[in-house]
Amino acid sequence: MAELTNAAPRRGVPIWVQIIIWVFLVGLLAIVAVQLNRAQEGTVQPGSAISDFTFALFEGYEYNGQSQIKLSDLRGQVVVINFWASWCKPCEQEAAVLQAAWQEYESTGQVIFLGADYVDTPTEANIYLKKFNITYPNGEDRDLQRARPLSQYFRITGVPETYFIDSEGVLRYVHIGPLTSIEQIRSQIDLLLK
Amino acid sequence: MIGSPSRRRILHRAQHAILIAFIATLFARPVSAQVSPPTDDEVNKIAKQLYCPVCESTPLDVCPTEACRQWRDLIREMLTQGKSEADIKQYFVEHYGPQVLNEPPNRLVTYIVPIAAFLLGAFMLFRGFQAWKKPITTESALVEKARVDDRKNGRKGTGPIQDPYISKLEEELKKRN
Amino acid sequence: MMANLGYGILTVTFLVTLYSAFAAIYGESQKIPALVESARRAMLLTWPLLTLTAAILIYLLVNNHFEVQFVYEVTSRSMPTYLKVTAWWGGQAGSLLFWSWLMSAFASLVTLRKWDRDREFLPWVIFVACITMAFFIGMNVFFENPFAQLYQTSTRIEPHTFQPANSSLYIAPDGRGLNPLLRHPGMVIHPPMLYLGFVSFVIPYAFAIAALITGRTDDRWIRLTRRWALWAWLFLSFGLVLGGRWAYDVLGWGGYWGWDPVEIAAFMPWLTGTAFLHSVMIQEKRGMLKHWNMLLIILTYDLVIFGTFLTRSGVLSSVHAFAQSAIGPLFMGFVSITLITSVALILYRWDSLKSETQMTSLLSREALFLLNNLMFISILVVCFWGVIFPLISELFTGQKVTVGPPFYERATGPLFAALMLIMGIAPLSAWGHSTLKTLGRAIWKPTVVAVVITVAIFFTYTHNGYALIGFFLVAFVILVTLYEYWRGANARQKTQNENIFAALWNLTGRNRRRYGGYIIHLSMMLMAIGILGIELFQVETQGTVSTGESINIAGYTVQYKEVASWDDIPKGVNYTRAVVDVYKNGIYLGELHPRRDYYADAQQNMTIPGNRSTMRDDLYILLVDWEPASATGATFKIYVNPLVNWLWLGSLLFLFGIFIAAWPEKDPEHVTVSASRHVQQTSAAD
Repeated sequence: MAELTNAAPRRGVPIWVQIIIWVFLVGLLAIVAVQLNRAQEGTVQPGSAISDFTFALFEGYEYNGQSQIKLSDLRGQVVVINFWASWCKPCEQEAAVLQAAWQEYESTGQVIFLGADYVDTPTEANIYLKKFNITYPNGEDRDLQRARPLSQYFRITGVPETYFIDSEGVLRYVHIGPLTSIEQIRSQIDLLLK
Repeated sequence: MIGSPSRRRILHRAQHAILIAFIATLFARPVSAQVSPPTDDEVNKIAKQLYCPVCESTPLDVCPTEACRQWRDLIREMLTQGKSEADIKQYFVEHYGPQVLNEPPNRLVTYIVPIAAFLLGAFMLFRGFQAWKKPITTESALVEKARVDDRKNGRKGTGPIQDPYISKLEEELKKRN
Repeated sequence: MMANLGYGILTVTFLVTLYSAFAAIYGESQKIPALVESARRAMLLTWPLLTLTAAILIYLLVNNHFEVQFVYEVTSRSMPTYLKVTAWWGGQAGSLLFWSWLMSAFASLVTLRKWDRDREFLPWVIFVACITMAFFIGMNVFFENPFAQLYQTSTRIEPHTFQPANSSLYIAPDGRGLNPLLRHPGMVIHPPMLYLGFVSFVIPYAFAIAALITGRTDDRWIRLTRRWALWAWLFLSFGLVLGGRWAYDVLGWGGYWGWDPVEIAAFMPWLTGTAFLHSVMIQEKRGMLKHWNMLLIILTYDLVIFGTFLTRSGVLSSVHAFAQSAIGPLFMGFVSITLITSVALILYRWDSLKSETQMTSLLSREALFLLNNLMFISILVVCFWGVIFPLISELFTGQKVTVGPPFYERATGPLFAALMLIMGIAPLSAWGHSTLKTLGRAIWKPTVVAVVITVAIFFTYTHNGYALIGFFLVAFVILVTLYEYWRGANARQKTQNENIFAALWNLTGRNRRRYGGYIIHLSMMLMAIGILGIELFQVETQGTVSTGESINIAGYTVQYKEVASWDDIPKGVNYTRAVVDVYKNGIYLGELHPRRDYYADAQQNMTIPGNRSTMRDDLYILLVDWEPASATGATFKIYVNPLVNWLWLGSLLFLFGIFIAAWPEKDPEHVTVSASRHVQQTSAAD
């Protein structure tokens, strides 16, 4: 009768199974946590050095006779990158302001405006650019060096957003939403030109 | 003149062929000019397989935003140019990223995990089942086993550990189930 | 003033729940019954407090107190009063409060019962319930205050709990208003239903944890919470169905389920919950599958919290996701802690969950229930993987991907088919000893009839292979289930001398769980018919026509008659309504009125379809809302959805079935079984 009164030998779950379970669980939580962290990161913050990228321009736009621009070639100039889209209503509000500001600063040779067209169709982009008579270099939102959207690098949260980079390639100011007046642009650029 | 009569004939034929091909190109036109504009259904058939690049989880054929309307127009434009469905999807992936497709491009990785999990689960179940078949040292299991053995041997249920009250209850249970 | 009062009461409630939780376990560990009783009373106090808080919030909502941020965000003057009340759960902060309110109601209900028999569970149940409540209330108190007010500082307008220096209260003239998509009766009930389901599952989980901690891992915790689990499952199922109906009616996509990550987040606990409901039957009858039951309820709870987290944290892209907010990491923390603790507990008690009996046959009912669990878990893995894969892909390859319907349909299709097969075989299988011969003898008749029906469908309706397999399985399950009814009623007729109707009535009445469950199975099969119809046979077309012109689809002719546009100023809506005539094979069937409602405050369109429903199909017409509509040209999108109304019919029958299954009854079987087990144990001790 001894077997009847003994409880089954205490085995528990084998150690190697436990290890697998914990590794799996912790791994899963870690993955979600990392992604959550990324989702909460927000845009690239002022003070960060912007790594080099190559930006292809739309037809009809050129810079120094070339249809591509490298950020490293722009060292010494203040770079203003504006993310926009033809389907974005607030972008239209700031289009005229940006073009006017460009016309002010173009001749100084110390400032360059770049327009990056975010997730858009070429036809509509063209219509938009013609409508607002935009003359500063514009191209599709794409970093040819890394073969991924430029907006992904900047981690933009929507359009329009404008990034002001100083002459040493360090991001100094991020403007989320449309720029409402030429004064806003002037004050930022003048600050960076000092 | 080139050589033997058969060679001459071949050259002759080749010249004819070239001439015909040349004339044909004069008459060739892009396919689109002779094809009627794509219907909404044709556009939707492709848009259905794509997701709006900016909205959250919205298929492109039902997305109501301005941007989506433009993308559907883009599809229409590309269909007019004679592009195939694969071409159009390729274009969208190149310009807007692979997240615009309604399925990950790498099929193998996507499906392997659920399949592997199912097989693993089935295997574990099988192993568990084998383990269950091993004798368990609790009274109820022994009673159960005794009953099973009795039935197999055709006996009426007077095994070693049988309490008449229990066997009556077991009968009641059998009736109710 | 009211807002501050509300916040004050909320903060007090937070402290009360913390007290209750820790008093319970401290009292338990130090063996101070009075402290445990105090904890119990504190817990009972939370519901009146939260009701008061909620009442204040509703008062603020109904009375247009736009200085309160939440009121500003989810109401507007043009909304009717009932919608203002339901706006309580129309935004993040309010819905968290709603969650807590429900949680305290259920925890109180459970605490009110007599606790003489299972006193050792009480402190742990209180602890789990109160910690969960404390978490949700804490979210409200510290991060998403529903009573935060808007203040005008020198530069902008910001929400604050306490008035900042140099600012004044900002009272907006009107609120932003609820998203128009949510201003629909279905949308009003859908979130509460889901929350009722989610929150009710916390109770069985609390008991399961109590069982693991105290070591009382027999089926006592299951018996105590069986009805809770059933009601939780009812609400969750119904919430899902309502969501589907709302999407069908109002989203304008012609569908009822889009495999959107947040839909899946609500579906996953339903999967484990369904598996749990079935699996506990085995533990009650045979003392088996104890590990499974613990695992399933832990999974259900953690999937509920995880799903809530996914919806609100912004980590996924989804039509449902609430705006990104700070509570993401906190939810992440809570999920991690509860998951790790639960898994640690179940590993610790692994041995005490050993089966009491053994499985003797692969074809026995126990084995089939085990297979059932495997299928549900596999579907869960598919869903979970589909939701997680984009995160993994982005993390390891930098590439963003979308997992859409094709993956889910392909991967879950065969698994659902297997489930249906099990649904048909299991009722005919026997407990314990079962051979291929005995099972075969029971199955062959329904199989043959089902094959005959399928062949008939082949010749009259469709040659589609998937549909035929689907219809075969549906027919098979319906036949088996009806056969079970017939068999039981027949037995009663013979032994009790009743007529067939009395027999059926008494049969169901005396065995509500089983025969109510069979009605639910039948209702699921009706829903399956609807799903097969719309998924495999839906046709659609889109076209722009001017008045007098028609569009043809699937034998229907839809002729555009006219369009009219008018404003409803008090409601703030502009209506565009088209009138179309519908003909089928030349016969005039009537008019339909697809509509477009433009909500000025939210600047958003709602497309309301003109829908003609029959059991055969739906003719579903949309006025495509992004194209202008006039007499010279209106764009219509027309769907023909065959058999879809079987889905809604099935859900009504489902409600009926659940009520029968959940209706309280004296359960003669359970007294006998537990008595026999007790007898066995005492006889061994002699």
